[in-house]
Amino acid sequence: MAYQHALVALSDPTRRQVFEHLRQGPLSVGKIAAQMPVSRPAVSQHLGVLKRAGLVADRAEGTRRVYYIDPHGLAAIRTWLDQFWDGALAAFKLELEKGETGR
Amino acid sequence: MIKIAPVRKQVTVSASQERAFALFTEGMSRWWPATHSTLKSPLKQYVVEPHVGGRWYAVAEDGSTGQTGYVIEWQPPQRLVLAWQLSGDWQFDPELVTEVEVRFVAEAANTTRVELEHRNLQRMGDKAAQVRSMVDAPGGWTAVLESFRNCAAKI
Repeated sequence: MAYQHALVALSDPTRRQVFEHLRQGPLSVGKIAAQMPVSRPAVSQHLGVLKRAGLVADRAEGTRRVYYIDPHGLAAIRTWLDQFWDGALAAFKLELEKGETGR
Repeated sequence: MIKIAPVRKQVTVSASQERAFALFTEGMSRWWPATHSTLKSPLKQYVVEPHVGGRWYAVAEDGSTGQTGYVIEWQPPQRLVLAWQLSGDWQFDPELVTEVEVRFVAEAANTTRVELEHRNLQRMGDKAAQVRSMVDAPGGWTAVLESFRNCAAKI
């Protein structure tokens, strides 16, 4: 499921840092690499994983490519919680009404 | 800033407001889906300490515990606000606070509408990334410890 990809992608500390840098706004690989003690190819690789997880997206801006946070990754976590609460409340209702008999 | 819409749910139960509130809180172990636990051993108990600031935690069969959050507001039998502090990678993160508000609305003597809202979800992405990058970043604790090590080496 999508949320799992998002979680796995963010479990790497360096990758979380790359993701964090994008909170400033859209950035190119070079700009991110300049702010981190990792190489450009390494940053590219992390961005690739974040992109596949739906956490970042990219677009061409002139001659370069910029990356930005894609809210869909977090939306996947939201979807999971949405389903989780559906199940939890259904179980709550069932338990409550089961206990109702005999009281 | 990324905004994620809150998760909103509601369910109507055939029970008094008091019973619904009691089962939701002190009886949580009886209905909480066993599939949702951050513990390695099977879930035995899910505890909400009944006061503001009380801990919300799970106890596994092997005795290990895992905190989910704490009680932000405690207004039995109408309302409850819990802090859900599990981060994006399902680890307890004391710096992260997402809120789960549960309202128990009495529709009749034996009918209660339970409304649930899980909000501030965007903090999951934010905080997990932010807190850890602060700690992990070259200027974070690593730098402090490095500086300490350098000083110690000179003495």
